[in-house]
Order: sequence, then structure tokens, then C-alpha cells
Amino acid sequence: MGVEIRVEGLTKSFGRQVIWQDVSLTIPAGEISVLLGPSGTGKSVFLKSLVGLLKPDRGHIWIGDRDLPRLPESQLYETRKLFGVLFQDGALFGSMNLFDNIAFPLREHTRKRESEIKNIVLEKMEMVGLLGAEHKLPGEISGGMKKRAGLARALVLDPEILLVDEPDSGLDPVRTAFLNQVFIDLNAQIGATFLIVTHDINTARTLPDNIGLLYQRHLAMFGPREMLLTSDEPVVRQFLNASKVGPIGMSEEKDESELEAEAKLGHDPGKLPPIPPQQMPSNGMLRAGMHAPGAWCAAHGVTPPPGSFVDDLGRNWVEEWPRYVASMTPVGASGGPGAPGGRFPGSPPPGRPGAGAGY
Amino acid sequence: MSTPDTGIDAGRRRGRKGGGSSARFRKVGDGAVNVLVKEPGRFFALCLDTGRAMFKWPFQWREFIQQAWFIVSVTVVPTMLVAIPFGGILSLQVGGLIRQFGAQSFTGATAVAAIVREASPLVTSLLVAGAAGSAICADIGSRKIREEIDAMEVLGINPLHRLVVPRMLACAFVALFLNGLVSVVGLMGGYFFNVMLQGGTPGAYLASFNAIAQLPDLLQAEVKAFVFGITAGLVAAYKGLNAKGGPKGVGDAVNQTVVITFMLLFVENFLISSLYFQLVPSKGM
Repeated sequence: MGVEIRVEGLTKSFGRQVIWQDVSLTIPAGEISVLLGPSGTGKSVFLKSLVGLLKPDRGHIWIGDRDLPRLPESQLYETRKLFGVLFQDGALFGSMNLFDNIAFPLREHTRKRESEIKNIVLEKMEMVGLLGAEHKLPGEISGGMKKRAGLARALVLDPEILLVDEPDSGLDPVRTAFLNQVFIDLNAQIGATFLIVTHDINTARTLPDNIGLLYQRHLAMFGPREMLLTSDEPVVRQFLNASKVGPIGMSEEKDESELEAEAKLGHDPGKLPPIPPQQMPSNGMLRAGMHAPGAWCAAHGVTPPPGSFVDDLGRNWVEEWPRYVASMTPVGASGGPGAPGGRFPGSPPPGRPGAGAGY
Repeated sequence: MSTPDTGIDAGRRRGRKGGGSSARFRKVGDGAVNVLVKEPGRFFALCLDTGRAMFKWPFQWREFIQQAWFIVSVTVVPTMLVAIPFGGILSLQVGGLIRQFGAQSFTGATAVAAIVREASPLVTSLLVAGAAGSAICADIGSRKIREEIDAMEVLGINPLHRLVVPRMLACAFVALFLNGLVSVVGLMGGYFFNVMLQGGTPGAYLASFNAIAQLPDLLQAEVKAFVFGITAGLVAAYKGLNAKGGPKGVGDAVNQTVVITFMLLFVENFLISSLYFQLVPSKGM
């Protein structure tokens, strides 16, 4: 089961340049969260701060009961074993082939025999679809393969938290879709907490349980997917709809004259597009962190835009959900209302009665 | 969400409109503080951390041997090629002078003193800084920009222990032998020029070997070489680990490594030499 990350008042600057300040958010355990933001708002810096590669100027990062920026070095290295990190280009060790790259953490941190290591490595390579490429060097494979190899390496120590930096940069849409499916399936299998930094709106709309948006050196908003997809906040609305209309300009923010001109033209951000249904695991599992479609909207009295939660086959997932959950529960399993048993990986986190209960 | 126009950024925006000169002063001030205080401070911190990482087990023997072999492979031939003319030039310069004084039998003595005491640590420093330091910096720097170093830290491995310590010690270890190599090859070069070209006698050249030179000369040269190796390794690691901005950043880091290492090594050479002459009395003839 994943670990909760609690960030309080985090501020980071390089010299005189403030990257972001007073960022506070709680990334719920076992859920998938996506962090968005225009280029250059310090999303990668945030990710690196979370794992202790960069020291924030102020603020706390609580991983369980440990405050990461204040840990002594030995404990920091120990805490990092909870993390798996997938860097933008995979960050594979150029001098080792893929097998050795993926086996590296096992050889360093465990006393497993070479045969066990081989089994684990091959299993993870199969998971990301890299079987047969064990002996290739990182220089000989494509960007997509590097990313998948980096993912396999991040997974070998069964991390509680997986941080992913731009999984879609430099990947074609098909590979991006496959990689997203891998994330969903992985989350269902290992129940780790995921934080994915991305630019890809499609990924942001369909993949996560929670969305955060960094803008102008602040965290503009962080919350459940449905909350942001129905938000009226101009920045959130502009970004999640990839629109030119709104406060975000080419150079991070539009100046007043541009905004005035826009207002004069009477630009209307338009109606919100329907909320797409969330991507489901392909392996027939149910994710512990997943919320019932429409639950947040219902709980907060928000009417989702028409056509929301309808998939390509025309099924409305708000109606489909109870049936889907029920189909997961094998005969004789004692599950509370909304708490599916069967292949359900682990119990839902305390404080949330069931996967379908919403917030 | 609107952002309040506060903080440092607001100041920067105001600075853009007016007060340009004060901003420029501040920039110059920042630069000066950076060069004089921050960079040396960070370098010193890296040295301390590396020193601490050196005593952590297990020592990376494999990496050490691989790196030592690599450094040998890039330095040995250039070192010999530089050492031969060095010995030759010394013989030519000093030989002519010393013949006019009628002290030709002491040519060997001056050659030994000059080569063992000064020339060989200098040649070693040139090669260690130019060949080994730049190679180490390029290696670590390219790993840094490929995020390999970050990945290593995230995987719970200290790159100082894993990469920097074996490289630094390999550099020092090889420098010891390079120093010996330069001494031998330089003396052979000197012998060749003196005996073959200047008509000196082999016996006189060899017999006067220990007239001025003494064993501590060789020891201080070895100490110098060791210190040079450590310095070159640390500077290369520091610059490599702080490389940023893509391939050009690595190029810049390598460039700076070579320049900084050269300067540091010459300063160290001067310091150790002057200390040596204070501590060890010269041999009376």
C-alpha cells in the first residue's frame, strides 16, 4: 500500500529567482495524482524536491512521520528506498546494459542470489514489454524503450511512491496511451502512490484521481479530478482545455493590455467539455484509490457537463460503476457497501469508507 | 487565480523599469560573492563529504582498478613524450653553462636535482590535470546531465562514494607512478643529450648523481604527485557534478576543470617546494 505525501508551505528559489512558494498539498496514499503547469513553472524541480535531490528553502515534506528536507543523510538515503523515480529520459546508466541497469538496485540493496535477481528483473521487463532487449545498451534503444526500462528499474524494489517526470515527452500518442495503461495497471497491482508530472492534457484528463496545477510560482489548485475538470477558475479552465483564451500567455502570463483586448473581443471560454471516464486497469483489477465516477460532483452539488463519464461504447460509467464493482466481488466475499473484495488489492485507506464513497 | 505582486519577483520587475545601475551593481556583487565565497565553499564541502565517503565500506575496488587503468591508458605515452624533451632541454641549457664553469663532471647532479625535484612533479601535474582531470570531469559531467547521478541518489547510492572516491584515489595512485616514470625517462633523456650530443662522459654523469640530490627529494616529489592527483580528481568531480545546461555545459565544465586544476597544482607545487626547502636541509657538497 502506498504512502501519503504531505507538503506544507514549500518554497524554492534559485538565487533571486523564486520557482514556487508556499506550496501545500497532500497526495493521498495509493492514488494517482498528476501535476500540471505551463513550461518552466518548476514541475520537475518540485518532483526533485519531493525525493530530496533539491533542498527547498522553506517548508516541510512529510513522508509518513519523516520530514524529508530535515533528515540526516543516512536516513535520507534510507527513505529514498520508498521511492521509485522515472526521469524524463529514463536516466539509465550508459555503461550498463538494460538487464544490469534494472538489476542494479537489487544488487546494491538486497542480498538476493543472482538467480532470484534474474527472475525479478525478467518479470519487470515483461511488465513493461521489454523482454528480449536485456543485452542492449541504453545508447542503442529508442526513447520510448529507455522510458520503459527506467520504469522497470524504478519498480524492482517495489516502491511505495512512484514519481514520474513527463512520461509523454518525446513519445508518440500510441506509446503514451500504452504507458498510461501501464501506470494504471501498476497502481492496481502494487497500490503505490503515483505522482506524474506531465504536459499532456489527454493524460491529465483521463489518468489521475487528483490533479494539481502549478502556475505563477504558486500551486493554483490541487484536488480530485472532477473538481478541476468542472472548475471555473480561469487558469485551471484554460489549461485543462488547452485554450488560448485565459490568463496564461506565451510568456507565462499575459499583460493587462492583452487581457483587456481579449475582454473587448468578448471571448468566452466556452462551455466545459464533458468529463471523460477515468481509464480502467486492463488486468481486471480494481484500483484501491479509484473514486466512483461522478461521486465528487454529486457530493458537492456540481452538475457535470452533459455527456460526462460516457465512454466510446456509449456506456455511462455513473450507472455502470455499481455493476462493475459488483462484478469484481467473487461469491461469498464479504465486502461492505462499495468496498469490493476479490482481486481488490488491499483495503481502502482509513477515513474513506469505500472506493465509491467519494470525498 | 491571481497572484499577489509581492516578494522578490515584484522587486525584479520594478528594477527593470528604473534603478538599472543598482541592479547591475547587485549583479556584479552577486558574481563576486559567488566566485570568492560560494564556489570555494561548495568545493570545500565536496572535499569534506568525499573525505567522509572514503572511509565507507565496501570500497569500490572494481571501479578503482578500472579507473586507474583508464587513467594510465590516457597519460603514460604523453607523459613519456613530454619527459624526454624536458630532460634534453635541461641538459642543453645547464650543460653549456656548467662547462664554462669547468664543472662538467657535475652535469648529472644538476640534472637529477632539477628533474626529480621540480620537473617531474610539474610534468605529472600537467598530464594529470590535462588528461586525467578532463576525462574524469567529462565522464561525471555527462552522467550528470543525463540525470544518471540523480537516478543513483534516488536509488539510495551515494555518488561520492560510488564514483568520486575511486576516481580520486585512482588519480592519486597513478600520479605516484607517473612521477616515477617522468623521473626515469627524463634522466634518460638528459643522459642521451649530455653524452651523445654534448660530449659528456657517461661515468661523470652517473657518478655525480647523488652529489646534490638526496632521497627526501624523491619523497617530496612523490608527495607532490599524490596531492596533485587528489586535487585533480576533486576538482574534476566538483565541476562534473555541477555541470548543467546540456552538452555545452559539460564542455564548459571540462574547460574550467583544466584551467582551475592547472592553477591549483602550480600553487600547490610552489607551496610544497618552499615548505620542503624549509624543512629539509640541502645536502652540502
